Amino acid sequence: MQRSRVYLDSGGAAPLSDRVADALRAGFADGWADPARLGSESRRARALLDGSRDAVADALGARPELVHFTASPHAAFNRAIAGIHAARRGRHRILVSAIERDALLNAAAFVAPHAVDTVDGDREGHVSIEHLTAALRSNDVALAAVQHANQELGTVQRLEDVARATQAAGVPLLVDATSSIGHIDPPTYWDALVAHPADWGGPAGIGVLALEPHTRWLPAWPEGDDWAPGGISVPLALASAVALQERNEHRQREGARLSALVDRIRARAAELTGVDVLGDPDERVPHIVTFSCLYVDGEVLLSELDRRGFAVGSGSACVSGTLEPSRVLAAVGALTHGNVRVALHPGVTEQDVDRFLAELPDALAAVRSRIGAPHIAS
Amino acid sequence: MNDQPEAAPTVVDARGTACPMPIIMLAKAAAGLSPGSDVTVLATDVAARYDVPAWARMTGHEFVGESETDGGALALTVRLRS
Repeated sequence: MQRSRVYLDSGGAAPLSDRVADALRAGFADGWADPARLGSESRRARALLDGSRDAVADALGARPELVHFTASPHAAFNRAIAGIHAARRGRHRILVSAIERDALLNAAAFVAPHAVDTVDGDREGHVSIEHLTAALRSNDVALAAVQHANQELGTVQRLEDVARATQAAGVPLLVDATSSIGHIDPPTYWDALVAHPADWGGPAGIGVLALEPHTRWLPAWPEGDDWAPGGISVPLALASAVALQERNEHRQREGARLSALVDRIRARAAELTGVDVLGDPDERVPHIVTFSCLYVDGEVLLSELDRRGFAVGSGSACVSGTLEPSRVLAAVGALTHGNVRVALHPGVTEQDVDRFLAELPDALAAVRSRIGAPHIAS
Repeated sequence: MNDQPEAAPTVVDARGTACPMPIIMLAKAAAGLSPGSDVTVLATDVAARYDVPAWARMTGHEFVGESETDGGALALTVRLRS
C-alpha cells in the first residue's frame, strides 16, 4: 500500500486548511474588484480588505490603520527598514542579532552599507542583552532588529529585555515575527513588526507590516504613504485573516500537542550518534526543531527522507547552494551541514511523527554509508 | 596507521572538497591517531571554519584554533581527547 506523504516543512509555507481554501475562493468571488475604485464592486472588495486588516491587527494587538499588507515579508522588511532609517536623520547604523533572516540582513545592508553591526548571542540563539546594550551606547544607531522566534532554531527571544534596552536608548525596534505569529502570543514590545501569513497557514504572496503610533518613518520610495504600491490582492488578504483566526482559535490546544511532538523528536534525535539537537528546548515556538547530523550531506539526507515519504527543511549550505554556510547555524556554533529542520503544522499527527522517527535512523545510516562516512559507534 | 609516531604533525588535506568531506576526512584520520595528538585540517570550504569546531565539540575532542596557510586555505587544528 502506498503510504501517504508527511509534510514536516511548513516554516513559511504551511498547507492551507479547507476553511482557508474556502476563504480564498470567496475572496475571488466577492473581492476581485480594485478596492481603490468607487463602484459597488470595489466597495465590496474594500470592505473585505478592511475587515481582513482589522482582524489581523486585532490578533497582533496593533492599530488597524497602522497595519499594512505588503507583497511579501521581504517587501515589509525593505520598507520598514528604509522608512524608519530615513526618519532617523543623523543616525546611520543598524544593529541586528546574528541570527536574523537573510531578507532582513540584506535590507539592512542595502539601506546602511557597511554600517550594519551584529550582536552575538548564546548557543541556543538568545541575543546577548549585555552586548546589545553596549552597542546601543553609540549615538549613531538608527534602528535595531531582533526577531521574535528563529525560523531554524525555534528559539524565542526575550523581547522584554531587548525592548527595555532599545527604549532606554531611544532606538526603534523592528521585530521579525514571521515564525511566531499564529504559533504563540504575539510579542508585546516592538516599534515595527513583520509577519508572514504563509507561515500560519495563509496563502503565499503576501506579508504584513505593523507600526506603533509613535514610530516615525519617512517615505524612502516614490509612492508616499502607500506601503503596498500596485495594491494588494484582496483574496490573499482575506484568506490570511481567516487562517490567522483559525490558528488562534485552536492555538492553546494545538500548541501543546505540537510542542509535545517536538519534545519527542528532540529526545529521539538526541539519542542518535553524531546528532546535535539545536535551539532552546523550553523557550521556543511549539512547532520547530532543527538537528544537525555529522558526516552527512544535507541535500542527500533530505532527498533520502523525501524518497521515504517525508518532506523536511534544511539550513545546510550544501542545500541552499550558497558558498557561505547558514548564518544562523554558524552563529550558534552548530554544524553547518547535515541539518534537518522540522516545522510541524496542525495536520501532522502523532503517527506521522512516530513514522518519521522510525525511519530517521535508517535514512541517516544509509546516507552515511553511501558517502563513506567513518564507522561511528552507536 | 596506528603506530604513527605522535611527534609527527598530522595534516589532513581537504582543500578543494566541500562539506561534509573535510569532516569525514578528519574523522577518518582521527580514528587512526593516538589520544592527545593534534590533527590539522586544510580546507578551502568556508563551512569548515564552523564545522571543525562543531565536530570537536560533538565528538569530545578539543578545538585548538585556526590559521591561514600561505595559499589562503584554512588550517584548523584539533587535539584528540586523551
